[in-house]
Amino acid sequence: MMKCEKCLNNAVISNPVLCKTHFISYFEEKVNFTIKKFKLLKKKGKIAVAVSGGKDSMSLLYLLKKFSYNVYALAVDEGILGYRDRTLINMKKFCIKNKIPYKIISFKEKFGQRLDDIVKNNKILPCSVCGVFRRRILDVHSRGFDVLATGHNMDDEAQAVLMNLAKNNISLLSRLGPISGKKRKKEFTMRVKPFYFCSEKEIMVYSFINRINADFEECPNVPMSFRLRIRGMLNDIEHERYGAKRNVIDTFQALSIKTTKDDEKQKFCIYCHEPSSKEICSACMYVKTLKTTTI
Amino acid sequence: MEVFIEKTGEKIKISYMGKVKSLLNKLKINNETVIVVRDGELITEEDLVDEKDKLKILSVISGG
Repeated sequence: MMKCEKCLNNAVISNPVLCKTHFISYFEEKVNFTIKKFKLLKKKGKIAVAVSGGKDSMSLLYLLKKFSYNVYALAVDEGILGYRDRTLINMKKFCIKNKIPYKIISFKEKFGQRLDDIVKNNKILPCSVCGVFRRRILDVHSRGFDVLATGHNMDDEAQAVLMNLAKNNISLLSRLGPISGKKRKKEFTMRVKPFYFCSEKEIMVYSFINRINADFEECPNVPMSFRLRIRGMLNDIEHERYGAKRNVIDTFQALSIKTTKDDEKQKFCIYCHEPSSKEICSACMYVKTLKTTTI
Repeated sequence: MEVFIEKTGEKIKISYMGKVKSLLNKLKINNETVIVVRDGELITEEDLVDEKDKLKILSVISGG
């Protein structure tokens, strides 16, 4: 058996080569370093954690609770039969067991339709509408919290960098990083990514070792996304050249892309009065075209 | 050996002795996308496995 580089115990991961105990220390130190370096969280702050019931968000909730942060779980039920209903059961069980308050907000109650029905009735790609609606729910329900922490990891971030490069989407690119958004705006709760430097595999190992009862199912809509192709490509490169994903986000950080729109005055949607870059926000545009009930 | 591949839900029997990473290559699985479990414990791609082993290959995926 391969041995840990710090002791004589069996290794559980080979990049870096560490046993269970040393891997947990390595992982938690890395997250703590990210939190401190980018000033993501305050010890006495009120922290909303966006949870899906999957391994990333559940591991984040577990770890922040272990670090004694004041956490509150915020979940979105998009209405994806056979997937989200199951992951949310896990999430609820976990929160009850660990005495973490939680709230679930559904697309159905907020936008009048489940995602499954939206896709069926409108012949629309699920990921775009899902992203807009999820964002709106999290923006609205995280108000009153100091931060909204998400389980986004290094793989997600490296994929987002490459996707937006491929699309020449400078505006979205400039919002990436351990703190989302181009600059702090009072209209939005600050979104932070404590797992910014943790790979998907490391989080999986962490959740496995800690027996975090996360759901490892994949969203059934993922195969339709451009992200899947980028993910496959990045995993192939990482396999041949360890550290490639980290290099993508480190290079991105070093470039620290800015746009000229940073100082624009915040506009608000004429229908829902939520912050928006356009006269009518994307959520209201969808609601209008999808003929759903009022938001 | 018996190998359970979570992603496809398949349980296969395969004759193999050697490193985990060569087994993954043989099964055309990228090591970046999985963790490998033997007797409830994680093993690395550098570890040796043999005919009597029962392995689980679990997917490393973000649900979203």
